[in-house]
Amino acid sequence: MQLDLSLIVPEITVAVLAMSVLIFGLIIPAGSRQGLGWFTAVTLLGVMGLVIAGWENMGSLYGGLYVVDQYSQFFKITFLVAAFLVVLGSMRYVDKHLGGQSEYYSLTLFATLGMMVMTSAGDFMTIYLGLELMTIAFVILVCFRRLESKSLEAGMKYVLLAGMSSAVLLYGLSLVYGMTGSVVVAEVGGRLAEVGANPLMMLGLVMLLAGLGFKISAVPFHMWSPDIYEGAPTPVTSFLAVGSKAASFAVLIRIFMVGMQGVPLNWDLLLALLAAVTIIVGNLVAIPQTNIKRLLAFSSVAQAGYILVGMVALDPEGGVKGIMFYGFLYVFATLGAFTVAAHFYNKTGSDEIKDYAGLAQRSPLMAAVMVVALLSMAGIPPLAGFVGKFYLFMNIVDNYLWLAFIGLVMSMVSVYYYLRVALVMYRNEPLDETPIAVSGPVSVTLILTMVVTVFLGIYPGPLSEIVNSAAHSFFLH
Amino acid sequence: MDGFPFLTAILLAPVAAALIMVFIPRDEGKLIKCIAAMGTFVSLALSLYVYFSYDMSIGGLQFVEQIPWIRDLGVSWFMAVDGISLPMLLLTNLIGFAAVFASWNVNNRPREFFILFMLLITGVMGTFIAHDLFIFLLFYEVVVIPIYIMVIIWGSSKRVTKEYAGMKLTIYLLIGSAFLLVGVIAMFMKSVGILGHPDMSFTALAEAGKQLSAFDQKWLFGLMLFGFGSLISMWPFHSWSPDGYAGAPTAVSMIHAGVLKKIGGYGLVKIALVFLPIGAKFWAPVMAVLGIAGVTYAAFGALAQKDLKYIVGYSSVSHMGYVMLAIGSFNLIGINGAVANMFGHGVMAALFFSTIGFIYEKTHTRWIPDMGGLARQTPRLAVAFMLAAMASLGLPGLVTFIPEFTIFVAAFQVYGGLAVIGIAGIILTALYVLRAGANTLFGPPRDEYNHLEDIRGPEMVPLVVLGTVLVVGGLLPSLLFDMINSGAKDIMTHVEGVLKIGGVL
Repeated sequence: MQLDLSLIVPEITVAVLAMSVLIFGLIIPAGSRQGLGWFTAVTLLGVMGLVIAGWENMGSLYGGLYVVDQYSQFFKITFLVAAFLVVLGSMRYVDKHLGGQSEYYSLTLFATLGMMVMTSAGDFMTIYLGLELMTIAFVILVCFRRLESKSLEAGMKYVLLAGMSSAVLLYGLSLVYGMTGSVVVAEVGGRLAEVGANPLMMLGLVMLLAGLGFKISAVPFHMWSPDIYEGAPTPVTSFLAVGSKAASFAVLIRIFMVGMQGVPLNWDLLLALLAAVTIIVGNLVAIPQTNIKRLLAFSSVAQAGYILVGMVALDPEGGVKGIMFYGFLYVFATLGAFTVAAHFYNKTGSDEIKDYAGLAQRSPLMAAVMVVALLSMAGIPPLAGFVGKFYLFMNIVDNYLWLAFIGLVMSMVSVYYYLRVALVMYRNEPLDETPIAVSGPVSVTLILTMVVTVFLGIYPGPLSEIVNSAAHSFFLH
Repeated sequence: MDGFPFLTAILLAPVAAALIMVFIPRDEGKLIKCIAAMGTFVSLALSLYVYFSYDMSIGGLQFVEQIPWIRDLGVSWFMAVDGISLPMLLLTNLIGFAAVFASWNVNNRPREFFILFMLLITGVMGTFIAHDLFIFLLFYEVVVIPIYIMVIIWGSSKRVTKEYAGMKLTIYLLIGSAFLLVGVIAMFMKSVGILGHPDMSFTALAEAGKQLSAFDQKWLFGLMLFGFGSLISMWPFHSWSPDGYAGAPTAVSMIHAGVLKKIGGYGLVKIALVFLPIGAKFWAPVMAVLGIAGVTYAAFGALAQKDLKYIVGYSSVSHMGYVMLAIGSFNLIGINGAVANMFGHGVMAALFFSTIGFIYEKTHTRWIPDMGGLARQTPRLAVAFMLAAMASLGLPGLVTFIPEFTIFVAAFQVYGGLAVIGIAGIILTALYVLRAGANTLFGPPRDEYNHLEDIRGPEMVPLVVLGTVLVVGGLLPSLLFDMINSGAKDIMTHVEGVLKIGGVL
């Protein structure tokens, strides 16, 4: 068997970069490490270029252990875009509140690497490896404000709960392994079909779902996310909300849509129920929130519910396509909202929604980006979220019509709490009239997220074609 | 059609105006208003040109522009007009142009106000000229957000707070649209199965609709009826309408009552009815009964009000009841009457709201017992008020008379006794409208209003533009009816064709 290492050049590059950023930190004197942010951002763009250049280059390594297809490449692009925007948007925040630039950017890169490994992983061991790489990097990032108790508390919670969920996941994986004697996802499905339905299999399946449900913060495994989202430094929160979630979805899709295809259990009903509960609880609990980060946390729980809808699609290819499309635009909407929150905190030291009063007058750009991001999550046209929801829900009207009702009605309910933020920003007079200056890299991030969100909403054609071919490649083998 | 893309130009003129405004300093109020007026004027002029150069002898879709948009959903940028959409497009631009001048005195954050207003107009226009279901939906919901922000910033809190009014308006329409969306998505997926490829154009979906089973047609139409019905304030989903109009600033009330809620009726006729004729026939009696209920309930509601805006708000619910009755009578005359009535009521309601807006600006009240004798102090305002009031009760010679008459003819053929109850609604309308007019305008003038200045200059524009349409449309009804009839005929031919096939099977 021949090893085609060109397939994993992007991963190797990210790993090398992550280590070199760490080393640069040692060489460069403490006062002048701000440039590391720019360096990381630019190189992330370069890696993205590498992935795009290898778009047609597909194959698998080590006997199915590592799969590079357009599906995984599309997710990798999503992570790299997210990492790029996070780094770009967080430079000022890191300089002012965190320090330790080289460690921060290096850990961000390691987390990105973990996500990339997760999407390409073709067997349980590699999946777990990627997952832990990402999680451990995130644990450190979550408690990066080491002098602040909230951040430390969040880090503590995250390490305990993530460890717990990893244990559950591993247990589930070991049960599946025990029944099939294989850890390769593609082989597992056929063997499970031979074994036939039995209680152990159900237990294994439920544990897999629980372990990954934690990562995507599906209800009832979502309890951690508001606390940790609130406590973590905001840029880290945004990366956690976007990257960790998308990568876990990539794994969830691979395990269930490839591995569990032949399983004689009605797991899609279970997923449909999970999606429904997640959508309902996420949206309803978001309503009374007064802290912007907690509000966004619950809204991201609800978003996970919408994405889960794609898993039960009548036509799996259509469902996967819907998930990838929605995942991509979710990155821009979420990062837009969180970057505004981070920058606002940077300038005013507050995360309370009531302090956003009159933001439309203090910084029209920030207010506009926030509204566009929130409304895209709510699925209001002409923003990208509308098209995304259309793709997700169109594949379930023939088999889960009730879920489509729940999803669409609840997304209109979500407008209620999203608009409350708009109300505060636009109607209320500012308590403090001073304009909020938006500096270079932050404004680039903000404008980029807004433009992409609007553009994808009005003209989604090109992206949908890319996603089409990516989803198609996923089911080729 | 090759050549100048008139419809896209009409659509983009306000957007261009909004983009220019972004770059103008925020305190240049006058300049911003002039740009808004220019943007809406360009749209109005172009849509007048399109209206009068539409060839009725050919009929069907004209001024067609079609560009592939999202291939895997079969979406195309499909802009076209027919005899139903043209009157609505013209109505939108008439009201949009008038509303800019009705908002001439907005001096609190004018730039934001007019940018949002331009987006609002664009959204409304888009729904009337899009001939693709997906593009239609894009525009359908886009209007919600500008309206919300405009209500909460520039609205007024009297009986209900503006925050409450704005949220009620928004949530009602969005929940309705969620059900509509489920219906539309399900319809689309079924059409993919029937046609073998995705195609979102109205034409293709109408073809696909022919082969849908009666059961599917019925439940899909039910969803659309709920969605569109809550937008047209069909009883019992109407309660957002009086509260919402009362809280909204003048321009929003004008657009909302004048054209936006007509999207509901337009959608029922051009989308639900055409796609799902069997479903429509099934639901027709329900629409008629809900229509009649709306007419009488809202008329009594209006009788009980003392706030001018609430009176017009309830009256618009009542008038939309006629539209539902007309669609429910399910014949050509009924469709003609429904569309014509939407046009007539649109002009009338816009004039009414702009007049009330000016009265409120000058007297700082909308409470009828606090007013009286304004005809002496502000004669021009009184003319506008009375013109709108007469149109509201359907005075012959104004644009609203013939549509109402047509509706009764249509409904009487089908429902007989029910139609009589509807006609009784006219008496109630006369009662509350005339009473409001008498108590506001006539009687002894009050000293506290002696200093009031009558409307003048730009403030006259709504009166002149909308008043002219009221009178000309009433004197030359063929201008409107020939156009509508050419569109309605196509629709009913299609519908009857489908029903005949269904009957044979």
